[in-house]
Amino acid sequence: MTAPTTPAEIGGIGHSVQRKEDARLIEGQGNFLDDIELPNMLHMAILRSPFAHARINGIDTAAAAATDGVVAVVTGELMDQHGLAWMPTLSGDTQAVLATDKVRYQGQEVAAVIATDPYIATDALELIEVDYSELPPVTTPQQSLTTDAPLIRDEKEGQQDNLVYTWETGDKAATDAAFAAADRVVSLETHYPRSHPAPLETCGVVADVNSVTGQATIYMTSQAPHAHRTLFAMVAGLPEQNIRIVSPDIGGGFGNKVPIYPGYVVATAASLLLGQPVKWVESRTENLISTGFARDYYMKGELAVTDEGRILGLRVDMLSDQGAFYSDAQPSQFKAGLFHVVTGSYDFGAAHVNCKGAFTNKAPGGVAYRCSFRITEASFLIERLVQNAAYEVGIDPAEMRLRNFIQPEQFPYETPTGFVYDSGDYPTALRKALDEVSYFELRKEQEAARAEGRLIGIGIAHFTEAVGAGPSRTYDIAGLKMIDSAELRVHPTGKAILKLGVKTQGQGHETTFAQIVAEILGIPATDIKVEHGDTDHTPYGLGTYASRSTPVGGAATAVVARKLADKAKKIAAHLLEAADQDIELNAGVFSVAGSPDRSVSIADVALAAYTNLPEGMEYGLEDVTYYDPPNLTYPYGSYIVVVEVDPDTGTWEVQRMVALDDCGVRINPMIVEGQICGGLTEGFAMSSMQWITFDEDGNCIGSNFMDYLVPTAWETPKFELLSTEVPSPHHPIGAKGVGESATVGSPAAFVNAVIDAVAHLGVRNIDMPVLPDRVWAAIDSASNAAI
Amino acid sequence: MFPSEFNFVAVSSVAEAVQAKVVAGEDGRFLAGGQSLIPMMKLRVAAPETLIDINGIMGLSGISRSNGHLNVGALVRHGDVVASEVTFGAIAAAAKWVADPLVRNRGTMCGSVAHCDPEGDWNSVLLATGAAVVAAGPQGEREIPIGDFIAGAFTSTLGEDELVVGLRIPVPTGRSGGAYLKLERKIGDYATVAVATHLELDAAGTISAAGLALTSVNPINTKVAAAEAILVGQQPSEELFAEAAEIAAAAAEPRDDVRGSAVWKRQVVRTYTKRGLAAAASQAQGS
Repeated sequence: MTAPTTPAEIGGIGHSVQRKEDARLIEGQGNFLDDIELPNMLHMAILRSPFAHARINGIDTAAAAATDGVVAVVTGELMDQHGLAWMPTLSGDTQAVLATDKVRYQGQEVAAVIATDPYIATDALELIEVDYSELPPVTTPQQSLTTDAPLIRDEKEGQQDNLVYTWETGDKAATDAAFAAADRVVSLETHYPRSHPAPLETCGVVADVNSVTGQATIYMTSQAPHAHRTLFAMVAGLPEQNIRIVSPDIGGGFGNKVPIYPGYVVATAASLLLGQPVKWVESRTENLISTGFARDYYMKGELAVTDEGRILGLRVDMLSDQGAFYSDAQPSQFKAGLFHVVTGSYDFGAAHVNCKGAFTNKAPGGVAYRCSFRITEASFLIERLVQNAAYEVGIDPAEMRLRNFIQPEQFPYETPTGFVYDSGDYPTALRKALDEVSYFELRKEQEAARAEGRLIGIGIAHFTEAVGAGPSRTYDIAGLKMIDSAELRVHPTGKAILKLGVKTQGQGHETTFAQIVAEILGIPATDIKVEHGDTDHTPYGLGTYASRSTPVGGAATAVVARKLADKAKKIAAHLLEAADQDIELNAGVFSVAGSPDRSVSIADVALAAYTNLPEGMEYGLEDVTYYDPPNLTYPYGSYIVVVEVDPDTGTWEVQRMVALDDCGVRINPMIVEGQICGGLTEGFAMSSMQWITFDEDGNCIGSNFMDYLVPTAWETPKFELLSTEVPSPHHPIGAKGVGESATVGSPAAFVNAVIDAVAHLGVRNIDMPVLPDRVWAAIDSASNAAI
Repeated sequence: MFPSEFNFVAVSSVAEAVQAKVVAGEDGRFLAGGQSLIPMMKLRVAAPETLIDINGIMGLSGISRSNGHLNVGALVRHGDVVASEVTFGAIAAAAKWVADPLVRNRGTMCGSVAHCDPEGDWNSVLLATGAAVVAAGPQGEREIPIGDFIAGAFTSTLGEDELVVGLRIPVPTGRSGGAYLKLERKIGDYATVAVATHLELDAAGTISAAGLALTSVNPINTKVAAAEAILVGQQPSEELFAEAAEIAAAAAEPRDDVRGSAVWKRQVVRTYTKRGLAAAASQAQGS
């Protein structure tokens, strides 16, 4: 790892500075949404559909409305009178705010009660009578696309079936040619199951609309407050200057807090109509059954390979379960997010990716759960395929990867689906991870264990992520270009405030972004306040998700700090009576080239910026930068998992998990490692237990933490972390973004390890989560087939 | 958490508790650790009119041995059982498998027994060890053998006016051992499958008493008497345990669900019965 260039008291890049935000959060002095109390505040509770698919014949709200303490009962009919029964989604579809015609998934919003306290509001929900006629539910995308499937979106003009979209990319003819030239074709069909980000804090809003001024202050659990302000202006028709979104401390987002949910819109409308603040905070069950799910991709991949283990081409067919409304939060050019990064870390000429989405009677979402828009699914598929290809060709899975890697000298490398990878050294990374686990020794131990009837498995995943959306020529969400911003003000005493367009949900922005400024200007990181989340007080940006904060907002921070450094050098030259070009800035000290004893500090310069300027210079030391990245960044990693499988029960235990990550320059190594440990835990979760299922009636199984399993420290294996550091050549400080790498990369490593333990029996696939009954059934059927 | 409205009564003696229950009737519920009841109230699956808090009753927090029995009071937390030095065999083995440390700090053993959740751990252990439930009512105390206490899923033979005040678990006099093997999806989850085993050996090493019970694979916690019968009078052996395991597997009637297939659950019963009996025998032989 690169050594820091600043002393510890400045705490620039490379220092593991303690997180500034932790003290207030740990000591209970944070300010989360549910902490917000306003005078005359009312409370909202939402009535939800018990059915996956039903027609609404009528809603009787009389008894609820007559309850003491109930101020209003809101239905779709009332919302419709204000043109707000439906709202646009982030993928160009529309979504019901409160159902008027049909309910299309269990948990859909049907009515809302506004009352003087949350108990009364919740009690009154039980008094609302909804007359439903049940309709047959559509519970799988395969069923959805059959000709006799019930039409889910019958309200949508021109919609004749349940197809959401079709999308393809790559070169079909070249891919067909690659397959024709191959010695063999390795194929895999697998389902990346539906999961839910399940942040500890559920979603919520406090809407405070002033009935006289029209000023709407909306406190909201938002990962993208600026984008949400603009969308609110568009949806509700409110003038944008009257909307202030405040996203307070957030107890985890993971993509779940990117969409605008119906509850936000109803609470805001209610506050507007009632002239009082309205609070709505979801219960855990509401969060799990109705807000943005993730994944749910049915994938079929085929690799064309030679007998020498060279990959020639890749063909992918994907069918996604979108739920009842198409509301993926993703760049508008791409219908399946960045799934086409599915060629992974390998150098081959041809790929063709064919995607299709289907409506079902399930909650909408398709959010990027700790993932840069469907990269998790893509990374999983290619790493599972390459592992299987190694078995079929008969070479070691590590060797298979080394034979096909993009080589360091090939960067920048354009993939067959149009990504231009910025930098990397994959062979070095994988070899370092292999050495750490003594891989080839381990293979011998595996062999010896098998002879004793024990099943050891070694799984590898070498992933490449595409993060930091993104360049304005390609990336927008709902038309808004995915640029981001930073505003930096240095105060006369040499302290500073940095205002960001991105918004932390635990990533540590208040610390790491200060470190970027510290690195460049030499102001100690502890002297730099970082502000974010309040749209009235921060510059515009698209928010924090898809690992974009450091690649885009971090770049903006570096650029604005350099702008101030340039001005500061001129001021220093003035103070030192030297020429501008002779001034050198080093860890907060401006000195004259060749005369190091002639120097002034950043604090001296800051004071001079407001008191003593060169002729003609404008006062102040502040600026703002909007950064339009020239490319995405491409972090990568090599993960190796060792498991032992119990052949009698199918249970498996992780014996080792080695994770090597290369995210370019590490601003705060401690925070990077924290991000990786969190991501690995979620990867372990998805591979072993964390999924949302539905019964045949469309009832959600997984509506609380007894049924939706999120691992704790008790279940989670120990992680051994390694790193290499190949900087991004185009990022101002060489950083690549890391928040999601481990979630993206690790599921395949865990699954590959279990498959590897039983691959000698002929097992080639076990779908996630790799539940013990699935493992046992795979062993059992493979053993029976052998007899 | 926004439960339905309820009355709250805190009592300080068993007599007061029983009297409060007489007044509250069937819509009254006793509150001890609350680790099942409170989540049900949160989800509004349960909406008792009256909660009778028994946590203030003195004298129900003890776990001790007397007259050949292990006596567990109604306010003994699972965590107390984990920490106790007077437990034995399957009781000691199961305690650390109950829920997770947070729930164990608050939840009570008697509360779990009274709840009669077929996925609960303790009733299998009590079936394997031949324990009894002590209930107090307006007419005084009575002892109910655990097999008679469990009436069905979430139902017991406890009278409407009765409170479970303790458990009486016979302590083996000779060499004994026990185990509780539980397959759970994560720590704190209910059992997907669990098997409680209890063996006592005579001086010759022959099995003199045997207990075997299953969790989560039948509508109620199930004692496998047929397997117990073939064990008694035999020397412990792999073949004998395999035979008992087949009987246990046949006695299990698991269902396909999100936790796994029925055929696999039966396989886990088979495997865990074998392993559990072997562990119990090994413990007994070393005692």
